[in-house]
Amino acid sequence: MTIKVYVPRDSSALSLGANKVAMAITVEAAKRGASIEVVRNGSRGMFWLETMVEVATPTGRVAYGPVMPEDVASLFECNFLYGGEHHLSRGLTEEIAFLKNQERLTFARVGITDPVSLQDYIDHDGYRGLKNALVMDGAAIVEQVTQSGLRGRGGAAFPTGIKWKTVLNTAADQKYIVCNADEGDSGTYSDRMIMEGDPFVLIEGMTIAGIAVGATQGYIYLRSEYPHALQVLNEAIAVATANNYLGNDVLGSGKSFHLEVRRGAGAYVCGEETSLLESLEGKRGIVRFKPPLPAIEGLYGKPTIINNVISLASVPIIMDKGGEFYRDYGMGRSRGTLPIQLAGNLKQCGLVEKAFGVTLRELLYDYGGGSASGKPIRAVQVGGPLGAFLPESQFDTPLDYEAFTNIWAVLGHGGIVAFDDTVDMAQMTRYAMEFCAIESCGKCTPCRIGSTRGVEVMDKIIEDRDRAANVALLRDLSDTMLNGSLCALGGMTPYPVLSALNHFPEDFGLKKTQQAA
Amino acid sequence: MACQCGQGGCSTGYGTPAKVSEKLVTLEIDGMEVSVPEGTSLMRAAAEAGVQVPKLCATDSLEPFGSCRLCLVEIEGRRGYPASCTTLVDNGMKVRTQTDKLAEIRRGVMELYISDHPLDCLACSANGNCELQDMAGAVGLREVRYGYESENHLKSVKDESNPYFTYDPSKCIVCNRCVRACEETQGTFALTIDGRGFESRVSPGQMEDFMDSECVSCGACVQACPTSTLMEKTITLHGQPERSVVTTCAYCGVGCSFKAEMKGSQIVNMVPNKDGHANHGHSCVKGRFAWGYATHADRITKPMIREKITAPWKEVSWEEAVAYAAERLKGIQAKYGKDSVGGITSSRCTNEETYLVQKLVRAAFGNNNVDTCARVCHSPTGYGLKQTLGESAGTQTFDSVMQADVIMVIGANPTDGHPVFGSQMKRRLREGAKLIVVDPRAIDLVKSPHIKADCHLKLRPGTNVTVANALAHVIVTEGLVNEAFVAERCETAAYAAWKEFVARPENSPEALEATNGVSAVVVRNAARLYATGGNAAIYYGLGVTEHSQGSTMVLAIANLAMATGNIGREGVGVNPLRGQNNVQGSCDMGSFPHEFPGYRHVSDDAARNLFETAWGVKLDNEPGLRIPNMFEAAMDGSYKGLYVEGEDIAQSDPNTQHVTAALEAMECVVVQDLFLNETAKFAHVFFPGSSFLEKNGTFTNAERRISPVRKVMPALAGKEDWEITQMLSNALGYPMNYSHPSEIMDEIARLTPTFHSVSYAKIDEMGSVQWPCNEQAPEGTPIMHIEEFVRGKGKFFVTSYVPTDEKVTQKFPLILTTGRILSHYNVGAQTRRTANTAWHPEDVLEIHAHDAEERGIKDGDWVGIQSRAGETVLHARITERMQPGVVYTTFHHPFSGANVITTDNFDWATNCPEYKVTAVQVMKVTQPSEWQKRYRQFSEQQEELLKQREMVKAQ
Repeated sequence: MTIKVYVPRDSSALSLGANKVAMAITVEAAKRGASIEVVRNGSRGMFWLETMVEVATPTGRVAYGPVMPEDVASLFECNFLYGGEHHLSRGLTEEIAFLKNQERLTFARVGITDPVSLQDYIDHDGYRGLKNALVMDGAAIVEQVTQSGLRGRGGAAFPTGIKWKTVLNTAADQKYIVCNADEGDSGTYSDRMIMEGDPFVLIEGMTIAGIAVGATQGYIYLRSEYPHALQVLNEAIAVATANNYLGNDVLGSGKSFHLEVRRGAGAYVCGEETSLLESLEGKRGIVRFKPPLPAIEGLYGKPTIINNVISLASVPIIMDKGGEFYRDYGMGRSRGTLPIQLAGNLKQCGLVEKAFGVTLRELLYDYGGGSASGKPIRAVQVGGPLGAFLPESQFDTPLDYEAFTNIWAVLGHGGIVAFDDTVDMAQMTRYAMEFCAIESCGKCTPCRIGSTRGVEVMDKIIEDRDRAANVALLRDLSDTMLNGSLCALGGMTPYPVLSALNHFPEDFGLKKTQQAA
Repeated sequence: MACQCGQGGCSTGYGTPAKVSEKLVTLEIDGMEVSVPEGTSLMRAAAEAGVQVPKLCATDSLEPFGSCRLCLVEIEGRRGYPASCTTLVDNGMKVRTQTDKLAEIRRGVMELYISDHPLDCLACSANGNCELQDMAGAVGLREVRYGYESENHLKSVKDESNPYFTYDPSKCIVCNRCVRACEETQGTFALTIDGRGFESRVSPGQMEDFMDSECVSCGACVQACPTSTLMEKTITLHGQPERSVVTTCAYCGVGCSFKAEMKGSQIVNMVPNKDGHANHGHSCVKGRFAWGYATHADRITKPMIREKITAPWKEVSWEEAVAYAAERLKGIQAKYGKDSVGGITSSRCTNEETYLVQKLVRAAFGNNNVDTCARVCHSPTGYGLKQTLGESAGTQTFDSVMQADVIMVIGANPTDGHPVFGSQMKRRLREGAKLIVVDPRAIDLVKSPHIKADCHLKLRPGTNVTVANALAHVIVTEGLVNEAFVAERCETAAYAAWKEFVARPENSPEALEATNGVSAVVVRNAARLYATGGNAAIYYGLGVTEHSQGSTMVLAIANLAMATGNIGREGVGVNPLRGQNNVQGSCDMGSFPHEFPGYRHVSDDAARNLFETAWGVKLDNEPGLRIPNMFEAAMDGSYKGLYVEGEDIAQSDPNTQHVTAALEAMECVVVQDLFLNETAKFAHVFFPGSSFLEKNGTFTNAERRISPVRKVMPALAGKEDWEITQMLSNALGYPMNYSHPSEIMDEIARLTPTFHSVSYAKIDEMGSVQWPCNEQAPEGTPIMHIEEFVRGKGKFFVTSYVPTDEKVTQKFPLILTTGRILSHYNVGAQTRRTANTAWHPEDVLEIHAHDAEERGIKDGDWVGIQSRAGETVLHARITERMQPGVVYTTFHHPFSGANVITTDNFDWATNCPEYKVTAVQVMKVTQPSEWQKRYRQFSEQQEELLKQREMVKAQ
């Protein structure tokens, strides 16, 4: 009997030698006359175990990791094809604590299936949401999404149902579904993982969106740094089209939905929805003012749903199990689950999909296993480069949009980057400004000039030149950027800047008491 | 610079464009209630309430952009500080434009601006007219805490490549107004922002110099710039102007309104007038920048006379020159008869001047030998539209194009010939209107940034009528005629005859394909689009009129418009694009030999009696000589004296050698002009005329709009042109006693029904007015033929195709067609005396690669062009714009001799020359033609005779 061996094709695994591992396993099996089928699955999201090889056994999938090519021979020696013990044995995958305690709704299939196998997708409950949607009218679909309480997972947390409703109710000869796959926040990778690990769920989500609001064309705007995702998406789109899940007559419904991947050109700001639309139209990626909202005048001036990958990928399960099912997860006004991405100085970095309400501390210690260096975790930055730095005193904050707003922080796209006590928060602040300066589109003045001035002011503070006056200037500049910028890039750069200044004044050469202002 | 919004203190007016809506929205701004149309920005609403919100990237000529972040406001019940330029009004909104917090944010933004801006205000050319300076003051900036040694652009290098303006990146505030003006206003898309973030800076093309980029130097970017980043070189040279006078451009038939910006009697700038009804604040490279000719050293400023054309000129007093001319003309009439003299006026003259010239000829010469250069351009328009619709004029306003759904451009090249209207048309096309181009060449409209013709009917020159007939055939045989319109508005019998004619199989696109070279499929698509695509408007130019069947084609165009009901409302119509600034006016003013002012035939007793009574003299009831007839008569020896005002027939009229021979045969040629032009080289008397800056009068543009021409400086030669004509008339014994051109206009109004209510007072009050302007239409008439046609019922004409006699043969296998280019105007007398020559230093022969290859011609080679009329030599330019078998050149330079090759063929109805079709052979040569050598020799001799005038003076 042929034994299935899983070796991830996810970028994180590939960067750790997964291709070589897969090759070594194939060669070794042939040498030994073992009948195996190597399945290139997505990643389970436990990066400290990559390359994590799984073997299907009668009791379930057994994990080994991190596997290097040179470990392969010994794995065969230990009879790993039948779950044999090895120093890299991790037991049954589903029983690994990191994974076991998660609530994987959106990521239900990631790491389990062959990403480009439509059959695998369908065998694992795929396309049930679309089938439900095809017998509903647009308003009913939108109602389900509204019911679910799903909010935009890109960072802005705008209720997805309301956005869809606006597009549904705006009459036009053409509407579009645009997926924002320009995942540029440092420390985030959930979009990439799902695109590489379960592309059909995104395709299905976008198809449902198109059916719901009457859009016949979808685009996935993919950042250029994701070549593997590009390949997987294109492959999956071709398969879906060939099998009538996309095209002029989706599953014989008479409804049309086409999908295309467009690559970005390496600009962070193109993750901002309006500059993404400009870029998608072939123009320079600069921010548009709002209103008009993209839902009313979006791509090529037509009503457009523009949603993050995770938002769209969460739709199939909502349409499969109902809005109520999804809504039962979470707390307060933050419903459902959030794929949290642990990064930085942690023992166990990886993807944790949990219902809202889990605390930072649980994530950092229970899942992340504490710092990789063994030193105390001093600060975390949540929500990417524009997110606030949180000190240890705030680690008990539950992951909840409103709870974070209350401490002047953001959840963003769910990326958490941890720093130990060797971090210099003044340098981190300078970097926040530098990041803004490098990535500013240059349209609005506060961001265009302010970010460069911010770097210069930070240099003066760091060099202790007229420090008090320059700290005051930094606060004034932050205020100008916060209130005056056209989009979130300039408008949120003050979050890391001011949170660092307020929580870690000593790194700026100030006494603790000088923080108030 | 003077405020353009009429509110004082700003040059960008209301900040955002006006919105039209029936619904009014009422809101409160700084405690004041204001009601504005729905869709209006808060910024504009505030301006309406008299509140100026600080701004830098906003100007009411451009859509809002939202980048400068100075115009932030607070709205009760809303979070944050929305930008007032991009936020629209809502009922019941309570807006505050001035709070402590807003002041703080604005100062913060301004502090950033100034941290990357040179502090040389006192020595800056925008000093006193700089919005950045104004806003720094308005927001109360007092310090720049970032210091001045931080990263900046202060050492950026200036781009001085454009002859008229400089680009100084160090002054740039990245407001994008220039980029947006290039896109929205001009439609060229030559500018962009290069780099991002702090590196962002305006860039022509891909970091090219302005001159190397696609920039057409229209000046929209310079106009939009709030600082001195884009600055006119004349302002840098002279400083800011101290006053401005509204006047009208002296170039093409668009008739743009300008503000002549003055320092004393020194002109320092020409700025397009935002309130101008034809141009709405836009301009082109000619009107905006190419006015230096007006004070060029070549200007002749003293009257001159000479016995014969081989004699040196002699400078004399006005009195002597006028007396000399009068005496010689009288002598000729005494010797050869009353009809042996005549006059030619020009489309470059004002209405008043033209009116006086025809009055002089009719009343003082006592004959009807008066003609105008419209003879050689739009005379078929006058004829064709009068016959079909009843009035010799275009039917629409320019603004009407904004309501058009389908635009058909026939034999016109608006982006070069009528650039400001071309930009407006392109704006409408970008909004989604469909475009049909009928032209042998791939003009810019066929394909340029964000513009693409839906149908290009790339016909063979000379076959216009077959295309019009084929279009009509499709409309009739496919049942696309607007029968209800035709039944109600047109003559039944004529329609039936036309319908029967065009429906014949020989007029089908398929049958005519071999003749005109246009695929029948394309013709059918174009016909369907024109007939069924909504409001359809036709714009045409000299590619229609300058043919042996020019008048037939105008009739055919009117037929198409009537058959589809595309006439008599906004968005439709028949629109001749007039070449020169006052083609319409010069025709209106009775400068044709058969018509009095207002297009009334000289044989019409009632009309003639009216003029005889008013002028106190008996008038001839026989039409006089047309220009070509004058030349014929001169060669016959029966026509000996000519008074030419403002026209250069020796360069502009066809078959140059024939024209110059006729001039040489005359005994007294009187030329009134700014320069010693080609015609003046054959003259015996030279009256130095005045430029458009030196006189008062009016021009009438292609949309019948009468606009003011205002004297902003003294006449260099001391006399306005109308004064010279008046002096000549008086010397001839027919008294004229006008003290101001307004009195001439009053006389015109009195004697011309369509002008009855026109006066200088009315023009001053309204800015401009479109005739008919009379008791029935006291405010003028933007759209004509609304209820009924001027002639009552519209009349269809059968338009049989008669091929031109100008046949392509083995000896002359190619067709030469002529046209013009953006940077030059007509014979180039004006533009050649400006820096516009930087774009087009010489006329070239455009030729398709196939024809070039066959003849071994490479790009840039000297090529001889030979026709049945003559030969000249030009440099070749190989271009895919041409179709094989057709070559093209312009006629802006006299040495080019484009009209040495054009022939004596002309329109059957009006004698308009067939400039657009000349059979030629083209071959590689090594030296100029014989004609060119003779021309050079003759010109040098005449230059010498002009120089000797100075020697006479010195003695």
